[in-house]
Amino acid sequence: MSEPDVSKVLRLFKEEVKVINVGLEYFYKELRKQGVNAAHVIWQPKPELEKDLEDILKKIL
Amino acid sequence: MTSSSIKEEIEKANTQAVERLMESEPHWVGMDLAGKVITGLKDRMLLHAGPPITWERASGPLRGALIGAVIYEGWASTPEEAEKLLAKGEVVFEPTHPHNVVGPMAGVISPSMPVFIFEDPKYGNKAYSNMNEGLGKVLRYGAYGEEVIKRLKWMDKVLYPVLKATIDEYKKDQGKGLNFKNLIAQALHMGDECHNRYVATNALLLKEIAPYMFNTGIDRKDVLEAYRFIANNIIFPLNMGMASAKVMTLAAHNIKYSTIVTVMTRNGTDMGIWVSGLGNEWFTAPSPIPKGVLFPGFKEEDANPDIGDSSITETAGFGGFAMAAAPAIVSYVGGTAEYAVENTKRMYQITYTRHKYFTIPYLSFQGTPTGVDIRKVVATGITPTINTGISHKEPGIGQVGAGIVTFPMEPFKNALRKFAEKYGI
Repeated sequence: MSEPDVSKVLRLFKEEVKVINVGLEYFYKELRKQGVNAAHVIWQPKPELEKDLEDILKKIL
Repeated sequence: MTSSSIKEEIEKANTQAVERLMESEPHWVGMDLAGKVITGLKDRMLLHAGPPITWERASGPLRGALIGAVIYEGWASTPEEAEKLLAKGEVVFEPTHPHNVVGPMAGVISPSMPVFIFEDPKYGNKAYSNMNEGLGKVLRYGAYGEEVIKRLKWMDKVLYPVLKATIDEYKKDQGKGLNFKNLIAQALHMGDECHNRYVATNALLLKEIAPYMFNTGIDRKDVLEAYRFIANNIIFPLNMGMASAKVMTLAAHNIKYSTIVTVMTRNGTDMGIWVSGLGNEWFTAPSPIPKGVLFPGFKEEDANPDIGDSSITETAGFGGFAMAAAPAIVSYVGGTAEYAVENTKRMYQITYTRHKYFTIPYLSFQGTPTGVDIRKVVATGITPTINTGISHKEPGIGQVGAGIVTFPMEPFKNALRKFAEKYGI
């Protein structure tokens, strides 16, 4: 069995890391505190909705 | 109707609603006594902020303001007497919005209180609001002591005639009323968001009206007193901004198929909304308690659930939705400058468009989030977040702080259900 190629992963540790953080903002803030170049995307998972509301939204959104 | 044609109808209706909201031109055109100009405001009747409420369910600050207004009118001479009249229904109270009126916090307006008259020459709507008393122990936060009534009487005797004559002078010279939309647009570029921060707006307002104030022919001592009162009350233009927002949202209201919210308001017990395509039907839920900065000596348990019509500013696309324009506001309502920016960004996810005329320098002059769409609120799970004043939960005390509040989801869900029922979806 051949060894997996990890060179691409290892490159991450040698180059400047640029991060796009999606969702939980805590990670973005921590990275910024450490001087990491990071951007944050405000996102949260779709809420679980009652079936009648799901049906209405399917028709009008 | 097929699913695609109903979608088209909604898009058309919403485009029209937000277009009218943004193109509306609120002008301050006059002052008068509430009972003379507000349709349906009768003798022995008061108006209050938020959705309808009974005396039994009314919160402390609303009760306090109603008691104060009864004393102000001379219908009772003690708080106990006033309370009896209100509890027995001998003095009645109705919500402001159906009368095209808005009032901050308890929003209590009585027939002999002076009001601002705002008019929109473009779409012909009119709206009214009372004069702002300042911060702390004031009627709108539920205080009704001697100093509160004395201030209200002074506002009637001195401030009202000065402002009435001022706007008359202004109109004589300019040929029309004062365009308040222009003031808001400028103030958003000067660090105000025009709900809880009106520092720049106040300076702009005084710059516009001072020459006319001092040209009214009214005794200079009175004019100077009125000028100083406005200059020392950094929240003075709030009621004018709210009347402007009411005029704007009236232009967007009652458009068939529109899912745009045209009223968001609270009475200290419940919060409620109206949706353009659903007319004046209220969708309500318990009002949440704001989180924020309390004045020294007060604790979290003192705070009343959120109260006031002032969220008409966010409904019209400014106020808390424009917080990215006003980082300094966090010193008053709490949070961080980053949070102010985040809140504006989050509100883009639940609004229909970006305002054409209200823009935010820090966001590359992007338009403010405008026109809350009930479909987007329900689909994303994000409800409007606004900034607000905090009242003490007991009547007679007044303001205890300022903060941030996020509305509950239930009214938006129920409005969506009603929308589907009404339009056969």
